[in-house]
Amino acid sequence: MLEYILKRFGQSFLVLFIMSILVFVGVNLVGDPVEMLINPEADQAEVERVIRELGLDKPVSEQYWYFLTNALKGDLGSSFIYNEPALKLILQRMPATLELALFSLFISLIIAIPLGIYAGYKPNSKASKIIMAGSILGFSMPTFWVGIIFIMFFAVYLGWLPSTGRGEIGSFLGIESSLFTLNGLSHVFLPALNLALFKISSVIRLTRAGTREIILQDYITFARAKGLSEKRIVLVHILKNILIPIVTVIGLEFGSLIAFSTVTETVFAWPGMGKLIIDSIYNLDRPVIVAYLMIIVTFFVFLNLAVDILYTFLDPRVRLKGMNQ
Amino acid sequence: MSSRDQNFKNFWRDFSVNRIAVFALFIFLFILFVAIFAPLVSPTDPYDLNSVSIMNSRMPPMSEDFAGNLYVLGTDGAGRDMLSAIFYGLRVSLGVGVLSGVFALIIGSIFGISAAFFRGKYETIIMRIVDIQLSFPSILVALIILAAFGKGVEKTIIALILVQWAYYARTARASALVEINKEYIDSARCLAFSNTRIMFKHILPNCLAPLIVVGTLQTAHAISLEATLSFLGLGLPITEPSLGLLIGNGFEYMYSGDFWISIFPGIALLITVASINLVGDHLRDMFNPRLQ
Repeated sequence: MLEYILKRFGQSFLVLFIMSILVFVGVNLVGDPVEMLINPEADQAEVERVIRELGLDKPVSEQYWYFLTNALKGDLGSSFIYNEPALKLILQRMPATLELALFSLFISLIIAIPLGIYAGYKPNSKASKIIMAGSILGFSMPTFWVGIIFIMFFAVYLGWLPSTGRGEIGSFLGIESSLFTLNGLSHVFLPALNLALFKISSVIRLTRAGTREIILQDYITFARAKGLSEKRIVLVHILKNILIPIVTVIGLEFGSLIAFSTVTETVFAWPGMGKLIIDSIYNLDRPVIVAYLMIIVTFFVFLNLAVDILYTFLDPRVRLKGMNQ
Repeated sequence: MSSRDQNFKNFWRDFSVNRIAVFALFIFLFILFVAIFAPLVSPTDPYDLNSVSIMNSRMPPMSEDFAGNLYVLGTDGAGRDMLSAIFYGLRVSLGVGVLSGVFALIIGSIFGISAAFFRGKYETIIMRIVDIQLSFPSILVALIILAAFGKGVEKTIIALILVQWAYYARTARASALVEINKEYIDSARCLAFSNTRIMFKHILPNCLAPLIVVGTLQTAHAISLEATLSFLGLGLPITEPSLGLLIGNGFEYMYSGDFWISIFPGIALLITVASINLVGDHLRDMFNPRLQ
C-alpha cells in the first residue's frame, strides 16, 4: 500500500518535471519579448542591456536551471510587463477565478440535479425527452459563443445585468468575495451561468443514469410497498443515493471548470487568472505564462493523486490492482 | 448481392430506426457538401479584395448594396458577405477538425493495438501516458501546447491531435484486448503471419466500430475546441478564417448591436457540432451490446 502511494508520488513529480521542461523550452522558443518591451528607438547598447538584465543572453539550458532552482524556492520569475513576481500576480487573481468556478458549480447543481432526476424518474415523458435533447444541445454549444449571446441579450438588448468585470467586493467571516454584495452577484451571474452550461448537460446525464438504476433497486420497491409517498421516495431515497457518485465526479470536474474559465473570463473581461494567461500570451510575458502553466499543472497532478489515493481506500479492487503493478 | 451491400443494408436498417439521427446525418452531409464546394456555392468570394467594398460594411441581414447585390445574412466590419464568409469558414473548421481527427485516429490505434498486442512494460508505459493525459481537461492540454509553441495552422492541428489521440488509444486497446483472445488470431499466429499483419489486417478491422463512435464524437469536440482556441486568438491565424475567428470578429461589434456578425457563424458552428454529436450518440447506442 505504502509502496503504491510512494510510486504514485514519484510519478507525479516525474510528470511535473517533464512538463516544466516542455513548457519552459517551448515558451522560450517563441517570439522575441525584447522587441515588444523596448522603445523602438532604443539603440543597440540599450537592447543588449535589457537582454542581459532579463537573462536572455544565456543558453536555454542555463536559463532553465536558473528557473528550476528558483521555482523550488517559490520564485517563479517576475513579469516582464508588470514588474512584479509572477506568482504574486497569479495569486492576486486566483480568488476571482475560484469564486466564479464555485458559483457556477452551485448553479449547475441546482439546475441539473432536479432535471436529471425528473428525466430518470419518468424517462418516457415528453418533458424528459426535451430535457435530454437539451443536454445534447448544451454539449454542442461552444461556450464562448453562448457567452456572447448572453451579453448581447441580457446586457445590451435587455440591459438587465452588467456584462463585464467583477463587482463590489464584500467581506463575510473574514473572506473577501464579490459573492457577498448584490452588485457583485449581478456581475458574477452571467459568466457563472455561461461556465455552468457545459456542466449542466453532463450532470443531467449522470443524474438521469443514476436515477434509472436506483429506481429498480429493491429498497425503492420496499419503500413503495411501505406506502411512502412518491414525494418522499424521490426527495429522500433517490436523492440521497444519487448524491454520492455525483459529488465524486463534481470534485474532479471542479478542476476542469477552472481550466475552462479561461474562455469565460476572456468573454466577460473577468479579472481572474484565466484572463491573465490569455493577456500574457498576447504580450509574450514569458514568466507569467510559465508560472501559470506550472501552477495549474501542479494543481491537476495533485488533485488526481489525491483522488487516486482516496479511491484505494474506498475501493478494494483498485487497491489490489495497484499492488500487482 | 455482395456481402458488402448486405452489410450496408443491415447497418442502414439499424441506423434509420432513429429519425433524429437520420435527419442529423443528412444535415451533416449537406454541410459537408457546402464546405467542399464553398467557392461554387458562395454568392461572392469574401477574400477577393476586388469584390469587397468597405462601403458595404456592417449592413444588416437582407440588405442590398448600390449595385443591387443582396446580402442575406448581412456583412461584417470589412464589408464581406457573411453567408459566403460562413461557407468558407465551414471549410476551414471542418478541414482542421477532420484532418486532426484522422491523424489522431491513426496514431491512437497504432499505440492502442500494439499495447494490447505486446503487453508487458511497453503497454504499462503507453497506458500510463494515456491516463495522465486524460486526467487533464482537453482545453488545458491545447492551451499548454499553443501557449508554449505559438499559434498557426500546423500547431493548432498538432495540438488537436495531441488532445485526441489518447481517447483513440484507450478505445483501440480495450477492443483489441477482446479480439486478441479469439480463435482467428490464434490461427493467424499458427500461419506465422508477421506481427504487423496480424495487428493491422486482422485485429484493426474488428476494432473499427468503437473507434468510429469515438471518432465522430471526438471530431465534433475538435471542431468546437478549434473554434474556441481561434476565438481566444491562440489557434488559427487570421489568414485562415474559421468559424471561431468569424465569431471573434463579430465580438468587437456586439456592443453596437450588430448581432449578425457573431450570431450567424455561431449558429453554423452549433448546427455542425450538434449534427455530428447526434449521429455519434446514436452510433454509440447501436454498437453498445448492452442495449441490444
